[in-house]
Amino acid sequence: MIEFKNVTKAFGNMVAVNSVTFNVDKPQMIGVIGRSGAGKSTFLRLFNRLTPATSGQIFVEGTDVLSLKGNAKRRWQKDCAMIFQQFNLVPRLDVVTNVMLGRLNQHGTLRSMFKIFSQQDIDDALAALDRLGLAERALQRVETLSGGQQQRVAIARGLMQQPKIILADEPIASLDPLSAEVVMGSLREIHDRDGITVMCNLHTLDTARTYCDRVIGMAEGRVVFDGPADALTPEAAREIYGAEEGLNEAVTSTSISISGAPRRARSNPSAAGQGAQVAEANAATA
Amino acid sequence: MVDVMRNQLGALESRRRLYTGLSLALLLAVVVSGYHEASQLNSGGFLQGLLKFFDYPAQIVSQAWDDGWEFWALFPRFLPALIETLNIAAVATIIGALFATILSLASSRNLEVPPVIIPAVRRVMDIMRAFPELIIALFLIFVLGASPVPAAIAVAFHTSGALGKLFSEVNENIDVKPLEGLKATGSNWLQRVRFGVIPQVLPNYSSYFLLRFEINVRASAILGFVGAGGIGTELSRAIGWGAGAETAALFLMLFLSIVAIDQLSSYLRRHFVGAENFK
Repeated sequence: MIEFKNVTKAFGNMVAVNSVTFNVDKPQMIGVIGRSGAGKSTFLRLFNRLTPATSGQIFVEGTDVLSLKGNAKRRWQKDCAMIFQQFNLVPRLDVVTNVMLGRLNQHGTLRSMFKIFSQQDIDDALAALDRLGLAERALQRVETLSGGQQQRVAIARGLMQQPKIILADEPIASLDPLSAEVVMGSLREIHDRDGITVMCNLHTLDTARTYCDRVIGMAEGRVVFDGPADALTPEAAREIYGAEEGLNEAVTSTSISISGAPRRARSNPSAAGQGAQVAEANAATA
Repeated sequence: MVDVMRNQLGALESRRRLYTGLSLALLLAVVVSGYHEASQLNSGGFLQGLLKFFDYPAQIVSQAWDDGWEFWALFPRFLPALIETLNIAAVATIIGALFATILSLASSRNLEVPPVIIPAVRRVMDIMRAFPELIIALFLIFVLGASPVPAAIAVAFHTSGALGKLFSEVNENIDVKPLEGLKATGSNWLQRVRFGVIPQVLPNYSSYFLLRFEINVRASAILGFVGAGGIGTELSRAIGWGAGAETAALFLMLFLSIVAIDQLSSYLRRHFVGAENFK
């Protein structure tokens, strides 16, 4: 379905993404982990065509999306929704307009200049917002929302694009733990229900283990780990991050319900289940 | 180490003081020599002129006073001329702002404009700004004849350059993250400008627009002196004929309309920017 072939990006002498090659055969939720500067962000930006690749191909349903130009490139960007760490919404516009901007690619330029949206666009935008639990905020200015809410608006805009793939570049890196959980839960729900591939750059390993089916580890632009989330043992993580001594996840974890062993959200996705685990953890430490 | 840094800082500080002192001395020298030069070239003495400075305003005011109630009848008489001047200014500011928006978007470094275009457009705006309205108006009146149209074109031309420069500075200060977000959805350049740039710059644009309108009202009034019509033509006639009461009435009308525009503009800016962001 998706085939990455020697995808490479060089900035001068520095190779940010080095010959990345792997396949995605069925819709998956993929977590990409690695140190800052390992090339994770650049890799996602290459895929969406925000940044031009130096060489390589990415075949999506048989088309090399790295070779697309002009309208075809923008059509691909519409198919490949992108979520950013800083949300990248238009702060001075209201929530529903921001969501409707996901449709710009399907709109003519003249029509957009006069800010004309169809009833269909409005209905779809409200449905997307409702799905993310933000329908009642539709008319508020985006800048008045909290970070977690803004990120959900950004996801709603992504849904509005009717994408084949969703890319998320550290979607929870500037959110508090509770908002992070809601945002990751939304992405997982979209993957489960709509059956689309979600590729997510993450900083925290427990998040990758909890929400992702597959984890790609990157170091110095190369893929150094590729396997199911269960295989992401502390030893494997140490290798990806190149940590000499111990790498104590519990210290930097932002999960509210951290426990020693890897845990899968899908086995108990309800909030009640998470609450019970917090109680358990508290009981254990008491 | 601390001592070394302290000595260095001390040296820097005394050098800064020296430079400040030298620049002040230089400035003073320029002003004094400039005055000397000018006063030698003048036909009358500067100081004698200064003493008579208030004679003319006093004469105007006393003539207006002598008119009594009839003075106020001058206002409706000159109202059409004032409206004509405001019209010239409004048309010129609107057309100028439209061109300024286009020029500014083409000359902002953060909007993914082809790099060769930016300096070219900037030079064009420099040229547009370099010519005072009066020069352009004189030229156009010579070509097109004396009417409000050449005045409006002249003011619009200068406005495009002046506002274009200010607008492009506003553009370059925006947050580009929304633009990146829109680019990732597959929108084209114009769509990104419409939804990513315009909402961010509109408050500042309108603020500069209203300020420019105020400036253009004065510019249009001055152009009346060279035959563009409006209140300037009346003013030039009144001054030329020594009609003190009329001169006073015209000055007062011009002054009041500037104050009105200023009040309106601060109200509108408050409205656009939102009172909470208004400083």
